[in-house]
Amino acid sequence: MNQIAAILIDGIIYSSWLFVIAVGLTLIYGVMKILNVAHGSLYALGAYAATAFGGYWIAQGHPPLGSYGMLVVAAVAVGLTAGPLIERGLLRLVYGKEEVVLVLVTYAVFLILEDLTKLAFGVDPLSIPQPYGLLGSIEVGDLIYPTYSLVVVLLSVVVGIGLAMTLNRTRHGKILQAVIHDREMAAATGINVSRVYLVTFTIGTALAALGGALTAPTISVQPGIAAEVIVLAFAVVVIGGLGSLGGAALGAVIVGMVRAWAVHKWPEVELFSVYAVMAAVLVMRPKGLFAVPEARKI
Amino acid sequence: MPRDRTTRILLGALLVLLGAGPFLPKWAMFMLNVSLSWGTVVLGMMLLMRTGLVSFGQGLYYCLGAYAAGVSYAKLGIGDIAVMLLASTAVTVAVSAVLGLLLAKYRDIFFAMLSLAFSMILFGLLVKTSELGSTDGFGLSVASVAGVPLAEGWDRYAVFASAVVVAFGAALGMQRYLDSHTGRLAGAIRDNELRVEYMGASVRRVIHLNYVISAVLAGLGGGLVGITIGHVDPEMAFWTTSGEFVFIAILSGTGNVLAPFLGATIFETVRSFAYEYSPNTWQLVLGITMLLVIVFLPGGLWSVFTRRRTP
Repeated sequence: MNQIAAILIDGIIYSSWLFVIAVGLTLIYGVMKILNVAHGSLYALGAYAATAFGGYWIAQGHPPLGSYGMLVVAAVAVGLTAGPLIERGLLRLVYGKEEVVLVLVTYAVFLILEDLTKLAFGVDPLSIPQPYGLLGSIEVGDLIYPTYSLVVVLLSVVVGIGLAMTLNRTRHGKILQAVIHDREMAAATGINVSRVYLVTFTIGTALAALGGALTAPTISVQPGIAAEVIVLAFAVVVIGGLGSLGGAALGAVIVGMVRAWAVHKWPEVELFSVYAVMAAVLVMRPKGLFAVPEARKI
Repeated sequence: MPRDRTTRILLGALLVLLGAGPFLPKWAMFMLNVSLSWGTVVLGMMLLMRTGLVSFGQGLYYCLGAYAAGVSYAKLGIGDIAVMLLASTAVTVAVSAVLGLLLAKYRDIFFAMLSLAFSMILFGLLVKTSELGSTDGFGLSVASVAGVPLAEGWDRYAVFASAVVVAFGAALGMQRYLDSHTGRLAGAIRDNELRVEYMGASVRRVIHLNYVISAVLAGLGGGLVGITIGHVDPEMAFWTTSGEFVFIAILSGTGNVLAPFLGATIFETVRSFAYEYSPNTWQLVLGITMLLVIVFLPGGLWSVFTRRRTP
């Protein structure tokens, strides 16, 4: 009984984290049809920025509670700089090429950002442990969880609901849906598609960076985290169906629960299980669980 | 007659490399050895790309091939290069024949993602398999070639010569295959699958066959690299390894069977020097090169040679 509860809680925590790191990827794919390999690097940039901003804040002797704000500031800063830079400086030049070519372009961006991060922050592991320890822990029965995990869960719910509301309830969301549905038609009705792309990519970048900034207090931030995270994010969005918000949530829950189960019951297959699920879903539903059927255009 | 020239260049390269091998300094032999093995892997990727498919999971077969060779040595006590490479071939044929049934239905990014998932499954398995050394992998060595025991000091050359022969055989075989009826369908499938089906050819069967061929080449390349370095580890199946193959394939282009070897040699040379002098900007250079090639040289480096001749 206790173990089931532990699996469930671990699963929820891990799922929330997965959702935050993957949702930007699915958003960008949905609107721009770009499977962004560089998403992992933007996550890493967010984590590095969090150590820099948070570290500076604490070194200045400000109240440590403010370091949470600094995590968000770091994510927004990365989003507002790297997002437009990549979209305007590079992606704009290659729109209209095949999807696979776009994957390769973002893979090149991934390689470039890997080294730029190393040049900017060095190769030694960095950390920003304060926000993690500050909140103490909560007891659930005889299980103890850090309160920080609860923050991540809440934040992922807020991000998810916020995105869903924006998409379905606001003018900007409707415009975005129009672009997703038919880019040319949307442009013909006077929507500035180029700006929609810019804003989408910036938001997606900020979400990736937010994932990194949230994770930074719990890990040691070092080269290599980008490559690990991007394949996990791929697994999540591919399971749910590329471009689907609900799909990303479902994918995150599935991967999160499977991994939590594996960690408790069968630790040898922990890493394996995630990709086994991904392969199984792709085999049974090649376009993911929530994929929208596509009308064939001539 | 460009076709004749390719065969002649290949034969010339075979003789020169085999003849010059014993006089090469150790580092040059090692670098050429790795380049030839990687070229063999990329030759397989080139076939897939001609079919219009980009695999982000070629590391699966690269790693399987290397582990098959490694297990032959470390667990079964067989140190014969030919037998080890046969083991690599057998394992990759078996696995790719099964997975190919599934993958032949996939295109574009879904092909890339599913192949990536399979390679990450292998990575996840190997990392947790303590019998095969977990994350550290294990070491291997060689003792004979096709039954002939190796004299003292000749093992390096034997490995090198095997790589030369395998690469030569792969390139020549690929050249023949691309000129055959089935081989020519690759480009047709990339252009328009429907038309190929209307002509009466089975798209799935061709893709399946090409997939198995590319897997075997990746397996042989992996086996050779394992033997050359004397060590195998799960990192060979990680997606970044597959990414490097994709990079070389893009850099080389799909124009000619010689292109992957040229690309792999340039890649390995630049990498060796970059590791030495500037380890933290190496990927930066890679990324920028890749962008430049994609935007300005969509046909890869090889198209520089052929550009003037094709109107």
